[in-house]
Amino acid sequence: MDRLLANSGRLLLLGNEAIARGLIEAGVGVAATYPGTPSSEVGSILEEIAAPAGMYFEYSINEKVAVEVAGAAAASGVRSFAFMKHVGLNVASDAFMTLSYTGVRAGMVIMTADDPSCHSSQNEQDNRYYAKLGLYPMLEPSTPAEARDMLVEAYRISELLQVPVLFRTTTRVNHARGAVELHKAFTPTRRGRFEKDPQRFVPVPANARLLRVEQLKRMERALRMSEGSTLNFVTGSSRVGVVTSGVTYTYAKEWLQDVEILKLGFTNPVPEDKVRRFLEGKQRVVVLEELEPYLEDEVRRIAQQYNIYVEVLGKHTKHLPRAFEFSPDLIISLSSILKVREEKKPLPLPSIKLPSRPPVLCAGCPHRATYYAVKKAVGKDGAIYSSDIGCYTLGIQPPMQTVDYVLCMGASVGAAGGFSEATEQKVVAFIGDSTFFHAGIPPLINAAFNRHKFTLVILDNRTTAMTGHQPNPGTGREFGSVQSPPMPLEPLVRACGVEFVHTVDPYNIKDTIEVMKEAVQYDGLSVVISKHACPLLKTKEGKLVPTRYEIDQEKCVRCYTCVSRFSCPALSKEGGPVKIDATMCIGCGGCAQVCPKQAIEVVR
Amino acid sequence: MKYNIQLVGVGGQGVLLASTVLGNAAVVEGLEVAMSEVHGMAQRGGSVQCSVRMGREILSPLIPMGAADLLLGFEPVETCRSLSMINKDSQIVTNTTPVVPISVSAGQDKYPAVDEVLSAIREANPNLIAMDATALAVKAGKAIAANSVLIGAISAVKGFPMSKDRMLESLLEVVPAKARDINVRAFELGYQEAKGAGL
Ligand code: SF4
Ligand code: SF4
Repeated sequence: MDRLLANSGRLLLLGNEAIARGLIEAGVGVAATYPGTPSSEVGSILEEIAAPAGMYFEYSINEKVAVEVAGAAAASGVRSFAFMKHVGLNVASDAFMTLSYTGVRAGMVIMTADDPSCHSSQNEQDNRYYAKLGLYPMLEPSTPAEARDMLVEAYRISELLQVPVLFRTTTRVNHARGAVELHKAFTPTRRGRFEKDPQRFVPVPANARLLRVEQLKRMERALRMSEGSTLNFVTGSSRVGVVTSGVTYTYAKEWLQDVEILKLGFTNPVPEDKVRRFLEGKQRVVVLEELEPYLEDEVRRIAQQYNIYVEVLGKHTKHLPRAFEFSPDLIISLSSILKVREEKKPLPLPSIKLPSRPPVLCAGCPHRATYYAVKKAVGKDGAIYSSDIGCYTLGIQPPMQTVDYVLCMGASVGAAGGFSEATEQKVVAFIGDSTFFHAGIPPLINAAFNRHKFTLVILDNRTTAMTGHQPNPGTGREFGSVQSPPMPLEPLVRACGVEFVHTVDPYNIKDTIEVMKEAVQYDGLSVVISKHACPLLKTKEGKLVPTRYEIDQEKCVRCYTCVSRFSCPALSKEGGPVKIDATMCIGCGGCAQVCPKQAIEVVR
Repeated sequence: MKYNIQLVGVGGQGVLLASTVLGNAAVVEGLEVAMSEVHGMAQRGGSVQCSVRMGREILSPLIPMGAADLLLGFEPVETCRSLSMINKDSQIVTNTTPVVPISVSAGQDKYPAVDEVLSAIREANPNLIAMDATALAVKAGKAIAANSVLIGAISAVKGFPMSKDRMLESLLEVVPAKARDINVRAFELGYQEAKGAGL
């Protein structure tokens, strides 16, 4: 990671590395996030390089707090950065909506990393509308190198306008990789001074009304900046035009011919005059953008407002899809409306039937053991499994099927309350440790307050696993020369008003089943903390001392209980005998405990 | 010149690492590079794809269907699944060691015989170099060096735009110093195996 601190060089960088580098070149003094794919790697990098770069970085408890922390820093004259995945901005939206009234003094950028096609998300919402809703200037990069450049520019814009800039990326920018020429690093201001100005920073109604008028004026200035910005440019020359932004520009540039492209990087406000001039004299304009017709609506509006007659094709005309991300293939398929560069014919897929390969819980994952125990405890009558966002959502697959309902971070607990009031069914909710801190505490207090009856299982694997093992309050902090102790869950849960609280080790399946039985039979609100560290994290840290398990083929009766009920990916049955893949098995002992014949044994 | 490489495999097999080795080598070579990677949920044992594009006037991180010049598969079924990424002139290098999905073990799905998979691939495109990279890695010293075997193998493929030395140097930059010798041997075994296949 040190290479990101160099002062020159040409490096192959992941989009998220280029963004982290951009922060260093912009002299950002405070950065805050809650991890979420596709933005997570920025945090993992800052964990290592923020302190040596003179920057303060934190994992905030959730995205709203991250925006508040960064907002206060920028109000105090320290350049700041808050970043999150797209749905994280929903969590932060309350702070976000008023921050553009009060504004900032030093530059501030908020990154929303959108995920068209839901690669790692529960929805594919188009956060460009947040820029319109909250009246934020917005930039959209197309490549890692451009992300770095635009980020530096975003700070300049933010300071000129005294308002944060929304920096909107997508998975194909955050997780693309490209060569980036490093520019000079900038030593940040780490501490500023907050000069009081209640008229500006305290939006009581009388002040809010004034700030609202200011906000609108600011957007007019932002429009002028967008008109003059080199981030919005035209390439090529033709009577057929394409208006595009983000990664789609790279596809258009490579696979379209004989078109004039208006590439927009400063996309709120859309540069009205530039678009008007672009439309004039065109025969046809195709708007190429992923997800919603955000630019298309603007293009149509501008054409109408200036009485330009031009054929505009896009989502409203059904020439382009609204769902899912774009690709070079999509551009190539537009040959009836644009001139495209064809590629060689792809090979047909062979007729041989191939098994599917969805992601699964890792070998030795403690969640698997917890799920197994809960299902045993619940028994035949079954329960509604209200679940949440994390690795454990993978419990949706057979044989566990312990995920019946998911909405968003923390909703497992809120929804469990709803199910318990509106049905006669048993309700068991699952939430991860990090997710519990993020959004699970208020609904748990709500459940105690309103006397909801359900069981909450906190899957405490001592990390934020799915996004790459970031720390959370439950693990304590140990980076960037800040140390804080782990915050224990049990007293916290009790303080929320829960009387039945037990902690179990899911690797001990028998005991876990016993406690789960008590919990689901308890007449009231019960919480079980199922605590065992994620083995993938332990492996990464080199702390895993694997025990080796093997199957005694003499004792094994081939009932396949282990394979079909426990389903650890290290187990396989090819033909007859069950085998354990020694390179995958981490020796959790789960399969050995569920084997009815004690045929699985420790060999080392 | 544009050269497109599609890498496919199973989460946890080191597909990401191999694509980084390729990308870094191309940057040192002075080429433009654009790559796309999979992070997040798919990394938990699911199918993963990475694309690496290098040459001149490269912008898009994704490869259109049919446009990959080289398909590098870490697992035979995954290689077969990705044939639509290549055309009849493309080259294929695949590991033959299967990773059996749990759905198969649990009896909900079937894993075809590896020979059948390979012949289906060969029928679609005969430019196939198939090797038991895992066995070669064991021969080199450690099963996890299968990655290095495959990187060695593609360095020998006809039309591959970078030299063997460049690739080895790039590989050694990402492997831990103490595993250096094993990886050099693994790389060499892969290179020889592919050279022997004569494609
Ligand atoms: S990463 Fe950890 S928590 Fe996630 S599936 Fe693997 S073992 Fe389980
Ligand atoms: S002991 Fe059994 S359940 Fe645990 S990782 Fe090994 S094979 Fe999987």
